[in-house]
Amino acid sequence: MDNLFEYSFVIKSILGALFASITAGLAGTYIVSRRLVFLSGGITHASFGGIGLGYYLGVNPVVGAAVFGLGSAIGMEYLSAKGKMREDSAIGILWALGMAIGIIFIYLTPGYAPNLMSYLFGSILTVTKGDLIALGIISAVMVIYTALFYRTLLYISFDENYARTFSPHVDLFKYISVGLTGLAIVLNIRMAGVIMIIALLTIPANIIMLFTRRYLRIVVLSSVVSFISISAGFAISWFTNLPTGATIVTVLVIFWLIARGLRALKKKNRIEKIKSEK
Amino acid sequence: MATLFTIQSVTAGYDNRVVLKDVTMDVDESHFIGIIGPNGGGKTTLLKVILGLVKPFSGRVDYSPGNLRLNQIGYMPQVAQGDTLFPVTVEDVVLSGMMLNKGATGRMGTAEKKHAAEVMDELGLRPLASQALNELSGGQLQRVYLARAVTGSPRLLLLDEPATFVDNSFEADFYDKLRVLNNRMAIMMVSHDVGTISAWVKSFACVNGSLFYHPHSKITDEDLRMYGCPIQLVTHGDVPHVVLHKHE
Repeated sequence: MDNLFEYSFVIKSILGALFASITAGLAGTYIVSRRLVFLSGGITHASFGGIGLGYYLGVNPVVGAAVFGLGSAIGMEYLSAKGKMREDSAIGILWALGMAIGIIFIYLTPGYAPNLMSYLFGSILTVTKGDLIALGIISAVMVIYTALFYRTLLYISFDENYARTFSPHVDLFKYISVGLTGLAIVLNIRMAGVIMIIALLTIPANIIMLFTRRYLRIVVLSSVVSFISISAGFAISWFTNLPTGATIVTVLVIFWLIARGLRALKKKNRIEKIKSEK
Repeated sequence: MATLFTIQSVTAGYDNRVVLKDVTMDVDESHFIGIIGPNGGGKTTLLKVILGLVKPFSGRVDYSPGNLRLNQIGYMPQVAQGDTLFPVTVEDVVLSGMMLNKGATGRMGTAEKKHAAEVMDELGLRPLASQALNELSGGQLQRVYLARAVTGSPRLLLLDEPATFVDNSFEADFYDKLRVLNNRMAIMMVSHDVGTISAWVKSFACVNGSLFYHPHSKITDEDLRMYGCPIQLVTHGDVPHVVLHKHE
């Protein structure tokens, strides 16, 4: 019985890590290159309102989070496109409002809110089969979407105004991109937690961008880095009983420091090589 | 001379602010027009109206005389658009010019890359093809954006202050390249440096709310005053000097 439990747990962990890595690689590269890191923090925390509402209404909190995440992602893209409001202020307001709504509804919910901590800090133990299926679907949709429209998406992200000269659908693509990003973030909450998911989106892409400026390479390699970090985080938290999300973030930051060190070393070697040639 | 497109009493602007007032103009296939005028006079807005990015309040741009299509217009916006820290290479940016002739699922294959390589050769960008944008100088960056504007083989090229950061040694060369391009496409170029570009452009359009077309490349202070175009005329002679006029 123990073996069976461990077996299914390992499968669950591997699949979870795989899907989380694919979505983090795609969404993370998009967020980092378009400088939307703060926006994605806003989406994550706004979705906590949906988690609270889910508890209160007795529906799956992930569904509530998805609705809030999608709504806030599209809403913020709309506000910034209209230029009616300072984007960072809008994000700050939504960030706090989401958390406030979540806390109020959890307070109003009679009795105990099961697994609340897992939403905040992430835990692979509480990931359900349904969560995995949803993550698998969003991974597949994001891969197909990016593969199909790669050039258009790349050029809209790089220079939206120029992209408008060749594509009449710039706004549509932006909303789809940010919507998928919002969903990807929300579905990864179980894995890494509201508070720490921003690391999963930001750090892998930043590690790879130290070494290459090619978008597609950043997507692929940051997915690989995510997979290694998440797997290492799972393994460490399994053996030490430390919380998963925090472990993954720590592993990521250690990788990032090593990468920075490697690059500094590479630069130094190159300078010395040039000096010795003279 | 065959007419490429016409601008018919266009009034345009943003929100409730009118920038261009009743502008009418015919542009021929062989034109190389320098667009001059004071800041805020509507030069960039004029380009955006032609590109279809700004819809006029009234009047219209008629593309039918030359069967011009929007995807046959190459555009080089003012520099500082596009994030130079964004992870793209010079080649990627040059290739994006060819999206004009493709749908949303546009692929960039060997043929496109070969064409982009030719354009990069022409503009001296080939050695920089795999560089990131933040590794380039201002002048190199501007050549990248020019390359992007022409890789799609447009019939009309719109340039917004293309030479702001081009170093002096490259500037004449830059305009020479435009003149070669003018053999196969009409060019409209926004510039502040009337004196310099008058050696290359064939005519001028003064934009200051309304538009005055000046059909020669020789333009005097007298003309500018008459058109209500309060700009500096920089004269390049043996001794460079700036002719300034008293404000009225």
